Amino acid sequence: MLSLYNQNISSRLLLGTAQYPSPAIIAEAVRNSGVEIITISLRRETAGGKQGERFQELIKTLNVHLLPNTAGCFSIKEAVITARLARDLFNTKWIKLEIIGNQDTLQPHVFALIEAAKILIDEGYEVFPYTTDDLIVAEKLIDAGCKVLMPWCAPIGSAKGIRDIDGLRSMRAYFPDIPLIVDAGIGRPSHAVAIMELGYDAILLNTAVAKAGNPIQMAKAFAQAINAGRLGFEAGMLEPRDVAVPSTPVIGRAVFS
Amino acid sequence: MNKILIKGTGIGGLTAAYELFIRGADVTITTLDNGFSNSASWYAGGMLAPYCEREGTEQIIEDLGIKGMKWWDQTLPEFVLHNGTLVIATARDIAELDRFSVRTKGHEKVDARELGNLEPCLAGRFQKGLFYATEAHLDPREILRELKNRLEHEGACFVAPNQDESQYDTIIDATGRERLSFDEELRGVRGEMLLIRTSDINLSRPIRLLHPRIPLYIVPRKDNLFMIGATMIETDNCGPATAYSMMELLNAAYTVHSAFAQAEIIEIGIGIRPAYADNLPRVKRIDNTIFINGFYRHGYLLAPAIAVQVADMVLNY
Repeated sequence: MLSLYNQNISSRLLLGTAQYPSPAIIAEAVRNSGVEIITISLRRETAGGKQGERFQELIKTLNVHLLPNTAGCFSIKEAVITARLARDLFNTKWIKLEIIGNQDTLQPHVFALIEAAKILIDEGYEVFPYTTDDLIVAEKLIDAGCKVLMPWCAPIGSAKGIRDIDGLRSMRAYFPDIPLIVDAGIGRPSHAVAIMELGYDAILLNTAVAKAGNPIQMAKAFAQAINAGRLGFEAGMLEPRDVAVPSTPVIGRAVFS
Repeated sequence: MNKILIKGTGIGGLTAAYELFIRGADVTITTLDNGFSNSASWYAGGMLAPYCEREGTEQIIEDLGIKGMKWWDQTLPEFVLHNGTLVIATARDIAELDRFSVRTKGHEKVDARELGNLEPCLAGRFQKGLFYATEAHLDPREILRELKNRLEHEGACFVAPNQDESQYDTIIDATGRERLSFDEELRGVRGEMLLIRTSDINLSRPIRLLHPRIPLYIVPRKDNLFMIGATMIETDNCGPATAYSMMELLNAAYTVHSAFAQAEIIEIGIGIRPAYADNLPRVKRIDNTIFINGFYRHGYLLAPAIAVQVADMVLNY
């Protein structure tokens, strides 16, 4: 079973909650796919409303682990303020730390990320950093105290799937004991299968489900794909080879030619 | 005769009042304290876009929206502009255009030349687009004033709030976000909009700029005005607009045409759209009160269908 900061989690699909047609559809997608962790992003004005928490209240009734997200933050300061706000609002030490380095490419700002992770971990947070597959950055995040890493497989919202399979493979090999969750870049269930077959621990999705024609059904499709990929990985897959191997035994076969 | 009190002069209240009035009902309407500017309807885009809105919503929005468009055509034909909707994306986000076209009906694909014929001001600026020929738009502020004037002119009664409700047989509560404190299922979704003015650009129809984060649109209005909308933030906080939201809206306008950079900013508006969890409007009856609420982004598109439903209910059809 997957363990994230000492929480046992049985579903390896994590869902983001932005861009859905309605909160009711988020709720149905979550229930239908057995998701146990959802991310929720905060903007400062969201917290200002008298009943600004109405949406959050709806989300809380789902009875899943909430992973607040610093999505859309561009600096260490913004991310730290947002994380503190999230802790007050959702009463959790968990924080998905996302600091964007460029408005267009939405690449993680890995330098700010490491600094912000240090600050938040000092304050007692359990940090889920959104990062690239760079091994040295990953190492620094672990040194800072991160016990989970969330590398991208392609840019946010791009639906490209795995862009650098060797990068993801070496990251898995390099950090065999750290839970690795692919966050961002997935478009379709087959992408999720491929990632899980590499031995990744879980997948965090948002756009691929939220913007699907039928988000509820797509969440379920991803849950099944992730499960299939994981089972395949655990079962031990054959390595491909260049020549055929007969599937029926040849020894003892009568020779007529 | 059935005496009806309608509370609220947003688009939900006024369409219900008008529908009941033209069917011969005895209607009294209470105005809210700050007039129109208190309601989300005042800050709306006024797009009658049932096909475009289908993206990211449910089929019922399209179905009720098509009915709504017909109602507007019959009721206030001189206020409805049938110039369609043009959906565009920058080269970077061109994949969004394909996604949008798969998710919606009622459009044709247009190339750079056709796009330039539709909107000469945008000629050469965009390579591809989607044209929804049968969609329409109206100016929400004109519509609210016109509905109120007509009702007043033809003898409906407008009164101050806090009426003695016991003298009415039926109360229709269309007070929108005022219900947020009472209706636990209702939530507020904040929308910020801009009104800008420039005579350098002419547009004939609403332009939707597809963008992975927020769908932004520009609606042309009279007197060289353009309405740019709208953000969607999960809160009922109606405090001042943030610089970030304004940057998003202005960036969108600037992306559509660089001459928008020289436009004058006339107004920054903030509306709180009341919405239920499924983002669909509801008609609820409790004793002799009928509550209509939860129009979310779709006030002008859906209010007519709900008004007809409410009138049927009240007049026992």
